[in-house]
Amino acid sequence: MHLNEEELEVLRIIENNSRIDMKDLAKMTDLSEADIEITLKKLEEMRVIVRYLTVINWAKVDEYHGVTAMIDVKVTPKRGVGFDEVAKRIYKFKEVQSVYLMSGAYDLSVIVEGRSMNDVAKFVSEKLSTLDSVISTTTHFIMKKYKHDGTIFDQTEEDKRIVVSP
Amino acid sequence: MIKTSYVSRTVAELKPSGIRRFFDLAANLEGVISLGVGEPDFVTSWAVREAAINSLEEGFTSYTANAGLYELRAEISGYMEKQFHVSYRPEDQIIVTVGASQALDITLRTILDPGEEVIVVEPCFVAYAPLVTMAGGVPVTVQTSKADDFKLTPEQLEAAITPKTKAVLICSPNNPTGTQLGQEELVMLADIVKKHDLLVISDEIYAELAYDEHFTSFAAIDGMFERTIVINGFSKGFAMTGWRLGFVCAPKEISEAMLKLHQYAMMCAPTMAQHAALEALKHGMQDVEDMRRSYRRRRNYIVKSFNEIGLECHNPGGAFYAFPSIEKTGMTSMEFAEKLLTEELVAVVPGDVFGQSGEGHIRCSYASSMEQLQEALKRMERFMDNHSK
Repeated sequence: MHLNEEELEVLRIIENNSRIDMKDLAKMTDLSEADIEITLKKLEEMRVIVRYLTVINWAKVDEYHGVTAMIDVKVTPKRGVGFDEVAKRIYKFKEVQSVYLMSGAYDLSVIVEGRSMNDVAKFVSEKLSTLDSVISTTTHFIMKKYKHDGTIFDQTEEDKRIVVSP
Repeated sequence: MIKTSYVSRTVAELKPSGIRRFFDLAANLEGVISLGVGEPDFVTSWAVREAAINSLEEGFTSYTANAGLYELRAEISGYMEKQFHVSYRPEDQIIVTVGASQALDITLRTILDPGEEVIVVEPCFVAYAPLVTMAGGVPVTVQTSKADDFKLTPEQLEAAITPKTKAVLICSPNNPTGTQLGQEELVMLADIVKKHDLLVISDEIYAELAYDEHFTSFAAIDGMFERTIVINGFSKGFAMTGWRLGFVCAPKEISEAMLKLHQYAMMCAPTMAQHAALEALKHGMQDVEDMRRSYRRRRNYIVKSFNEIGLECHNPGGAFYAFPSIEKTGMTSMEFAEKLLTEELVAVVPGDVFGQSGEGHIRCSYASSMEQLQEALKRMERFMDNHSK
């Protein structure tokens, strides 16, 4: 589907800050507040905007004990439905955060979150690798997140410019 | 005993920049939100910084050709052609300089004989008139007005021309007003320039930051290539102010003369900065585009907000400055800026430092984060409530 420049601009802005004040969003674009509301609604209905999320650095929270693994999965595609059917079987598990079809050495990249390594290991051996179409899995645990969805976790922005310049 | 001064009379008589005084004032306060900064809030893109680091690791630490790395000049030539549809030969029409400032300096010193006049369009960058004076010329200022959105009119230009006029110095998009001259306006000015056989020094440092209509270079106007000197650089569009890298494009006769000055006074621009600029031109155009979009949003935001709180502001087509009128408060721009700084801790630059016609206005740079702008606007709204007549 084609979007116009105003719609694209709204997306670019809220992609970085979905909590922005609607009044400010209107001021930043060439749209009125009412137009912004209509645009957002339309984009939501078209499922261009799918969901509004928050990037959280859980590593900073003592109470959090989760682990994340990226799993390379090789599968046999099925006649007629290709990879879609097996992808669907996989992404329906609530442990699965993301599923991507990949070019290269393996077929599906699956991101799984669990409470412990054991949890994830269990999921892989009992649920994932036992699926009919799955040929092999390689599990990589994430040890530290430096940057996630375009955001550097450890960054403190400091303005190094002089206060007044010509 | 007669006290002799060690400083030349010309320099002694130069007025110190009004911005300096304001800087000292602002620098001593805590918690200031500054809208007084005349440079991008972006740090130079990592790809460009990384290229400079690499050039150091590779040992590129010697002089380059006087006019700059040939490869860089070739890229600049391609860039000028692609972006602005003007073609300059890398061999003899482009010089890489230490910032656009040095480009301006050697331009003026190359074209001026003592006493010749340069028309300087105010409000403008604080260095123009002093640089003309230091080059032995005489700056003749023309005052643009709010009523014309601070655009130089053909009538104003013609009225300022005398038999001694050598050149017109124009900056579009403009610092401090943000005003951009459109193609038709350039054509009308060009007719007068041609009629009186003048040169145009076109400071196009903000060319990449044009938000509503595509930027037209003065050199691209019919019959103007031969009488235009284009000054540009990497500071604003590429967020590379501290690298001090600019360039000047001119017809061969002028650029060859300029190169003589450049080689005696500067040798060449810094080598690592040239390598960084090379990377910026080769792979950095998407970054420029992203930054332009980001400034445009903030421009829209600040201009609409100013108008809402009673700071009447024309819509600036480019650069990253809004130049609202403070007439409603009855204060001079210096009073306004000082009061705003001490009462609300927001730093703006009083418009009169950019020339007499800047009085009654303040320059507000919107090259700050949205959060900072929102906070600044909140403070300025309170200030306007307290001081509006």
